[in-house]
Parts: sequence; C-alpha cells; structure tokens
Amino acid sequence: MSTIVSLPDQSTATLPKVSYLNKEYGLKSWLLTGDHKRIAVLYMISITLFFFIGGAMAALIRLELLTPTTDLLAADTYNKVFTAHGLIMVFFFLVPSVPATIGNFCIPIMVGAKDLAFPKINLLSWYLYIAAGIMMICVLVFGGVDTGWTFTTPLSTHYLNTNVVSAGLAVFLAGFSSIFTGLNFIVTIHRMRAPGMTWFRLPLFVWSHYAASILMVLGTPVLAITLVLVVLERTIGIGVFDPSKGGDPLLFQHLFWFYSHPAVYIMILPGMGVISEVISTFSRKRVFGYTAVAFSSVAIAVFGFFVWAHHMFIMGISNYSALVFSLLTMLVAVPSAIKIFNWSATLYKGSITFETPMLYAFGFLGLFTIGGLTGVFLGSLGMDIHLTETYFIVAHFHFVMVGGMLMAYLSGVHFWWPKITGRMYPEGVSKLAAVITFVGFILTFFPQFILGYLGMPRRYAAYPPEFQVLNVFSSAGATVLGVGYLLPLLYLTWSLKYGKIAGSNPWQATGLEWQIQSPPLTENFAETPIVTHEAYDYEWLANKTRNEVQTVG
Amino acid sequence: MDSHTLAAQTGEIGHVEHEHPPFLRHHFENVAQQREAATFGMWLFLLTEIMFFGGLFCAYLIFRNWYYPAFVAGSHSLHIWAGTLNTTLLIVSSFTMAMAVHAAEVRHRKPLLAWMIATIILGCGFLCVKAYEWHDEWVEHHVPGLNFNPATLEHGTKAYPDDNLAPDMAQKTSIYFSLYFAMTGMHALHMIIGVSLLTFLLIRAWGGAYTSGHIAPVENFGLYWHFVDIVWIFLFPLLYLISRHQ
Amino acid sequence: MQHFISPVLWQFLVKWLTNFAIFPPEASSIAPYADALYFFLIFISVIGLGAVAALVVTFSIRYRQSRNPVATQIEGSTLLEATWTIIPLILFMITFVWGALLYFRIYSPPPNAMNIYVVGKQWMWKIEHPGGQHEINALHIPINRPIQLTLISQDVFHSFSVPAFRVKREVIPGRYNTVWFEATKPGVYHLFCTQYCGTLHSQMIGWVYAMTPEDYEAWAAGSTSGHSLAQNGERLFASLGCNSCHNGSPNAHGPNLAKVYGSRVQLQNGQFVTVDDAFLRDTILNPTLHQIAGYAPIMPTYQGQVTEDALIDLVEYIKRLDSDYRIEQTIDNSASQPVQTGTTPAGTSAPVLPPGTVKQ
Repeated sequence: MSTIVSLPDQSTATLPKVSYLNKEYGLKSWLLTGDHKRIAVLYMISITLFFFIGGAMAALIRLELLTPTTDLLAADTYNKVFTAHGLIMVFFFLVPSVPATIGNFCIPIMVGAKDLAFPKINLLSWYLYIAAGIMMICVLVFGGVDTGWTFTTPLSTHYLNTNVVSAGLAVFLAGFSSIFTGLNFIVTIHRMRAPGMTWFRLPLFVWSHYAASILMVLGTPVLAITLVLVVLERTIGIGVFDPSKGGDPLLFQHLFWFYSHPAVYIMILPGMGVISEVISTFSRKRVFGYTAVAFSSVAIAVFGFFVWAHHMFIMGISNYSALVFSLLTMLVAVPSAIKIFNWSATLYKGSITFETPMLYAFGFLGLFTIGGLTGVFLGSLGMDIHLTETYFIVAHFHFVMVGGMLMAYLSGVHFWWPKITGRMYPEGVSKLAAVITFVGFILTFFPQFILGYLGMPRRYAAYPPEFQVLNVFSSAGATVLGVGYLLPLLYLTWSLKYGKIAGSNPWQATGLEWQIQSPPLTENFAETPIVTHEAYDYEWLANKTRNEVQTVG
Repeated sequence: MDSHTLAAQTGEIGHVEHEHPPFLRHHFENVAQQREAATFGMWLFLLTEIMFFGGLFCAYLIFRNWYYPAFVAGSHSLHIWAGTLNTTLLIVSSFTMAMAVHAAEVRHRKPLLAWMIATIILGCGFLCVKAYEWHDEWVEHHVPGLNFNPATLEHGTKAYPDDNLAPDMAQKTSIYFSLYFAMTGMHALHMIIGVSLLTFLLIRAWGGAYTSGHIAPVENFGLYWHFVDIVWIFLFPLLYLISRHQ
Repeated sequence: MQHFISPVLWQFLVKWLTNFAIFPPEASSIAPYADALYFFLIFISVIGLGAVAALVVTFSIRYRQSRNPVATQIEGSTLLEATWTIIPLILFMITFVWGALLYFRIYSPPPNAMNIYVVGKQWMWKIEHPGGQHEINALHIPINRPIQLTLISQDVFHSFSVPAFRVKREVIPGRYNTVWFEATKPGVYHLFCTQYCGTLHSQMIGWVYAMTPEDYEAWAAGSTSGHSLAQNGERLFASLGCNSCHNGSPNAHGPNLAKVYGSRVQLQNGQFVTVDDAFLRDTILNPTLHQIAGYAPIMPTYQGQVTEDALIDLVEYIKRLDSDYRIEQTIDNSASQPVQTGTTPAGTSAPVLPPGTVKQ
C-alpha cells in the first residue's frame, strides 16, 4: 500500500467562470445570502476585526506590564483593557474562529451537501454575532467594563459601576449565535450526508466539529441563564448569588464554569480537526488510528462536561468533590494525549512536505503539548493551590488557546485559502510568518510560567519589581508575535488579487472539498456525490488522478 | 464517487430540476430529508432549552434544600387556584395544538385555523392569569429587589396558620421569590414567543400554506409548544405545591 | 559605562544582575513537598514533550518528500493506541494521587494550630490576632509553629496567597475558609490577593513577617491593642443583648454557650453538627437555619447588623467560654461598663478599625 501523489501543475490553472463569489454581486447579495460559504466569509472578516481589537488590547496589557508600576494605564483602565481582551478573544474570536469560518465553509462540502441544514438560521447566527459585537464595541466606547471575562459575582453584581449589563447581554447574544451554529452542524452531519458517506468515512474535521457542536448546544444555554440571573441581580436586585440575601456566589461559579470549561473544548476541538486534515494532507498519508482520533474527540466532549469544578479547587468546595473533579480532569487529558501521538505517528512513513499550513500544524503540536501538560499541573490538586490565579494559568491557557487554537486557525486559513478564494497565498513570506509566530509565542508566554511559579498573580496592573525582567521578556516577545499576526493579514489580503491561481486541488488532498472547483459553486456540487471511499484514501486519489489523465489523453 | 462528474465541474451548471413541491428548499434532496432535518433541529433546540431551564432548576433544588421552610411559606402565599387554572389551560392548549398538527396532516384548513386560534386564546389566557398573579405579588410586596418585604410572611396566613417564620428565614423567602420570578418569567417569555410565532403561523395558514403537505413548521411549533407546557408541568408542583398537604 | 547605552537598558541590565527572581523562596514546611511535585511534573512534561518532538523531528527528516517520495498507507495499530493511552494514564494517575495527598495536607490543619483571623475587603487585608493585635496588609507569625488562618471577605471574592509558603485560599463573602501553614525560615514574604477583586486589585498586597519565636513574642507584646478579640467579643455579647437569653441559667431562652465550641449539638431537624467557627458565625446570622433542638426559634437575625470583624470577636469569645461563670461576669460587667465595640484604643500601631456594629 503505497501512493505517490505529486502536486498538480498550477501554471495552467484558471479561475472558474462561475463560483459562489461571483454568482451574484452587491452588498445585498452578501448580507441576505443563505450560502454557507458566503456566511463563512462574512464571519471570517468579522472575527478578523475582533481579533485585532482584542490583539490591540493585548498590546496595551503587555505595554503596561513593561514596568512594575501603573504608569501607562491607570489601574481601572488596565482592568477594563484586560476584560475587553478576554471577552473579545473568548466570545468573539476563539469560540467562533474555526467553526464559524472554516467549519461553516467546509462541513457541508465535506459531508457532500449543498448547504447547511438551516441556511437562514446560519445567517441569523451571523447577525446575532454582529449585534453582539456591536454591543460589545459600544460597551468599550461608552466606558468599558471591568468584571474580567468571568463576570465573578458579587463583584459584577454589586461592586462595579461599569457597563456590566450590556456586556452580559452581548455575551448572551454571542452565545445564541454559537448555539445556532452548533445546532446547524449537528443536524447537517446527521441528516445531510451524501449517499455512501458513512460516519466512519467522515473526515476527522467533521468529527471534531460534531463533538464541539454538542458542547455548544448543551453548554451555552447554561451560560445564557447564568448571565440572565446576573443581569437580574444587577438591575432589580434578586438575590440568588448574593450572600447577604442568602444566595450563594459559589453557585454562580458552578454555573459559569459548567459552560466555560466545556467552552475551552469548544475552542480547541475544531482546531484539532484542522490539524488532522493538514497533517494527513502534507504527509500524503491517512491519519494514523482514525477511529481513535474520532472517538477521542467525542470522549473530550463527554468528559469535558464533568470537570468544571477544577476551576474552584481553592474556593472551599469539599475536599472529596475536589478529588473527583481532579480525577476526571486527569482522564480528560488522556484523549488529548492520544490525539497528539496519533498525529505524530501519521508522519511515520509519510511523504512529508513543509508548506505553511504544515508549519503551523507543527507549531500547534509543540505548543499544544506544552499547554496540555501544564494543564496536568493545574489538574493536580496540591499543585493547583500554588499555581491557580497566577501567571502560570495565564501561560497555560494561552499555550492552549493561542498556541493551540490560533495556530490551528492560521493553519486552516492557509490550508483552505485556495479553496475559499481560488488563489494561493505567497509561500515564502507565509512560512516566515509561521516561524515568527512560533518564536514570538514562546518568547511571550514561556516566561509567564516562571512568573506564575514565582507567584505573580494574574490581572495585576502593578507588580513587585523583581518580576520585571521576565515581564520585559514577555512584552518583547509580544512585539514579535504581533508582527507574526500582522503579516498574514497583509499578504492574504494581497493574495486576493495577486495570488497565483490555485486550481481545484493544489495540495492533492483527499477531502471532498478538494474534488470540486476552487472557489466552489454556490451549490457546491453539480450533482450529489456518491461516496465510495474512506476519508484520507490516497489510493483512491491516485487512481482518480490517473483516470483523469487517461481521460484527457 | 464518480470522479468524472466531480472533475468536470466547469462552466455554468444550473440547479438540476426535479419534480418537487414549492416548499422544498434547494439544498435538500427530498421532502423527507427536509422534514427530518427540521424535526431533528427542533429537538436539538429543545435540548438547549432544557439546559437553559436546567440552570434555574439546579439553583432551585439547592436553595430549596437550604431554606425549606422559606420555600414552603413562599409557596403557600401563591394562589393555588391560579396555578391549577393555568395548568389546565396549558394542558388543554397542548391538546388543541396536537389537534392543529393533526388537522395539518389531514390537510383540513378550517379545523387547522380553528385549533390554532383556540391554542392562541388559551395561551393568552395563561398569560393573563400569570399577569394577575404577578400583580398580586407586587401588591403584597413579594417582588425581590423592587419592593420586597418579608414581614407579610412572618406570620401564618389564614389558610396556613402554622407558617410562622423566624425573621432570618422570612428573609430567605426572597430567594424563593427570586427563583419564582426568574422561572415563571422565563416561562412566560417562552409563552409570549410561542403565541407570537403561532400568530405568524396562523396568518400563513390562512393562505393555506400548511394544508398542502408542508406541515413541518406546524409540527415543529407543536413540539415547542408542548415543551413549554412540560416546563410548566414541572414548575407548577415545584413552586405551588410544596407541603400543601400540611 | 552607562553613558554608552540607553539609561532604560542600563536600568534593565542592573536589575537583571541584581534583582532577578526565578524561583520563589521555600519558606514553609509544605513548600518542599509542593516543589517536589512540581519537579516531578516538569520531569514528565519534558519526557512527554521530548517524545513528541523526537517523533515529529525524526519523521520529518526521515520521511520528507525528497527522501521518501512514496508514502506508505498505515491504518493504525491497536497496540500502539493502547500504549499511548495507558502510559499517559498511569503518569496522570500518579500525578493525581500525589497532588491529592498534597492537597489534603495543605487544607487539613493540625489540631494544635494557632488561629489568626483574616478579613478581606476592597482593597486591604485586615489581620486579627486573638491576642488583640490588629494589622493591615501585614501578617506577623512565628516560625516552626502551625498557623491556621480563618478567612472571610466582607465584600467580593478575594484570594489569600503566600507564594513562598505555596498556599492559597479563596476568601469568600459569607463563609469561613481556612488554610494553614508552618513557616520554616524567618523572613519577609509577599502576600497577594490573587482573585480579581476590582479596581485596586493589584494593590491588595502585603507582607508576611515570619519571625523567630522570641522576636514574635516581643512583637506580639508590643503591638497588642490591649483588648483581646475575646474581650471585644464579650462587650459585644453584652451590648447586643445576647446574654439576656444565653445566660446559662437552666430556664434560659437560648442554649448555654459555655463549652459549646467543639461539641456536637442536635438540631431541630434531628441532625447532629459539630460546633466550629463557621457554625457559630452562621447561627448568629441565620439562627433558625440551625435551630438547636429544644429551643423556640425566637432569636433575631443579626444579618447586616454586625460586621465581619465583630462576628470574629463574638466567635472568639464564644470559643473561649469555658464556664458559666464567665457569662455571669459578663452580665455584671455590662451593667457598669460603657459599651465599646470592636474599636482599637489609641496608642497602638494598628490603624483604627471600623466599629463593630454597623450604624443603621
């Protein structure tokens, strides 16, 4: 069983006359579209905007932390800035990042459907996102909010006079946008698969989105009702979370983390799907242990619901419930380890090339492994006492969310860019950007592990002077990282006009989306495909290419 | 997959025309798939709704466990006749809604309209009774945060003279009423959304939209309506019937 | 020298060479145990990361396209899947057990621990020693002696963290949390609030002064306000009228509080509970929630009327009530003595604390 797949000659490739991009013109044709690909593009533009707003906030944070005192930003400004950074990055970038853009674009094509099951709900979900986003920007413009993204009661309900209510409602709306996306995916994956597309012929990208969608659908409503209670408590003063009225602030924490821990997997699972596709494609080899990778996604989704209290180990929950939650936390780490090893094993006896998406995927492997392993530190009860609420935890979740998820997102954007736009990105500069991102990331966040063990608390506008050296390192790294993120914005925009024409399958990948023209038709497929091969079947692809050559000859 | 059809996708390839009813959306293969997808989507949405109310029920269970006497007293201050009436209204409205779905299935326009109107009236009836109750609670100073005064709950009522709450426990009735208003408020919001949707469906049904085989919207709305009904079936005993046997 | 490079860079270099922390001091009996687990975790992380990096790098070099143009399709291997499921699982289970043991150690105070009360508020730490020493943002403790902190917040969530001791505990409004440690090295260590608590969160910091027992004795003697917490509590007990019911007489309306601390009492609902700090505090605020069997639910609530500091005084007083005689004495005292609630007399180093009772 061996296959040779060579990259196609792109010099003769031409852009198709009709595609989803040029079937209709005008703003209205975009804003009222039901086409999942156009909605994906709309999402991609909007989350890029929010990413850079959140990134600007991050830049301000790192600038302020250059010196131990509060000199650039006053303490309350700093609090508003990191709150905005957290809220925007979590709810307006990470949660919708891969699912709403690449997932939206690819999942219907990958399962062989013409669109998602509910195109109007898909569009509604984008409008909800935009409404939430505009609300969030208004919150920032009209004075900001300084609760931290966790909305901790009773701080958020009784002790702040900032725009907590509108920020809460913005997150509420963004939550419904995410629920609708997840719901759409689940129904599409269940009901819209093409003939012959069995569950175990689905690409792993679809599996991981399926798992993430379950989390979105079941977790987000709990956040919604929690925020409703916070808003009611703040506006009219009901007392469910207010200890002075007999309420319980820890109940808020339970409800909040019941969503917000699964939310971590909502963010990372789609990224894992991207990595499966990319590593397989550039190794020209099926993913090692397909079923193990597929079921580990589902296992993460299931276990992910039962570990929320590991955010509360030091809060005075009973020692024995802490024990159970720590045990489950250890168990949820195992499926991630399985995935990492399967991806590594996929490289074995492959035929590996190092295009940009693959470099980002390697970055993901390294950084996510560090992020995951440091998660074990935090899941371990006794260690968590010292590490939680310090920069260790900041470094940990940035390794997972930025090192993992953002790397995966960029990997995916580069990987599917030819499919989305029909044009290639410039390979040289994008490889440079991938390396800069990786180096900048390590520089920014690795010192924070050391700071965390030293005990530097998170969300501090000022800190003891002996922590300055490491903070300067971190801020310097952030500058490098910033360059790494600006570069793709520039050259990807450039490539829209000047990029080389990609052709339908520039990577010689096996996915259904690569067998149709780039950019695809509005209906995706001219005829409903009948699937006879498994995902990552390079034999089939080689035969198909040979057949085509014969046909042409 | 037939690689030829896939590889040869160039040029304008229009929608492949099949014989299909006008309500079949372009991206579905056939009516059955469309109907299955819609129903499945609705069930998933109801699942999210269960989680949504689940947070409130979870809070309810915890606080009821902590402050049981306060919950009993709070419960006793409600009008049981109103709760029972509302339960009846909703159960009957579920029946009329089921009949509406049936009428759509057998493609009878007039019965469909009649059952839908009946459901709307029953739903509005429910909301009116609920509004009356809320008004009453406002008058009695039972709205937490706005005009809450536990004094009225410290001494037993005529019906329940044994409800003598100590002052600290009387204060805790504010938790009961917080949850009462959050839960019935969220439920009423769902009722209002339901009645509005049903009115919209009624207007469409007037033109005969759902009596030509396209019953998915009515059917799925029925699911929603029954779900809202079931939530009330849980709320009624949890809020109204605590220790009524005493 | 400093003329040749920019002053900022110079400052930075000086700092780098002189004042550059990389590892926190190990200053408590727990710290070496926490660090041991930390190094073990670093060890398995390095192994894990090394394994992944080795696989990726080796395969990338060995199977790059120029060297291996033909990919061999491999389905997978159950044996390998089992291997990399079970080995991480075992390592994680070791971590779990180790971490759990440490956790129970940190959060189970020894019975002979010396108790100190901590009240967190936006944005300061109020430390109250039973001997009547009141401190703000500073905690003086003797070394080689287990210290138990009873922590409560009077507003939002805070978190009491002493990195050098490797301990941290959330400080929550409405309930006592406890944490204990035993300092081993004299020194001055950081005290942080690590839970975001509003605008001046980053200024809710202080110092822990670990002192030799002799120094500590000297400090304690020199810094006391002259009134122990229990004495303050005694006055409050009288001024709030507690003694009218809890007077220890056989036909009193309230239970006798002498020697009640640490005993097991039966509640109205048949449950038995052990009387501890948290129970005492809660029964003052929510008496009928924990109605003692055999008494009528007539006690008024003090929710919103007594500050956390005053509650600590009361708890401390009841804790030390070891005979009925003390209560009788209280009754006598209250008649003659003007009521002074929880204030610190002038002449001590501690700042003036808010009065014990909330002015309504």
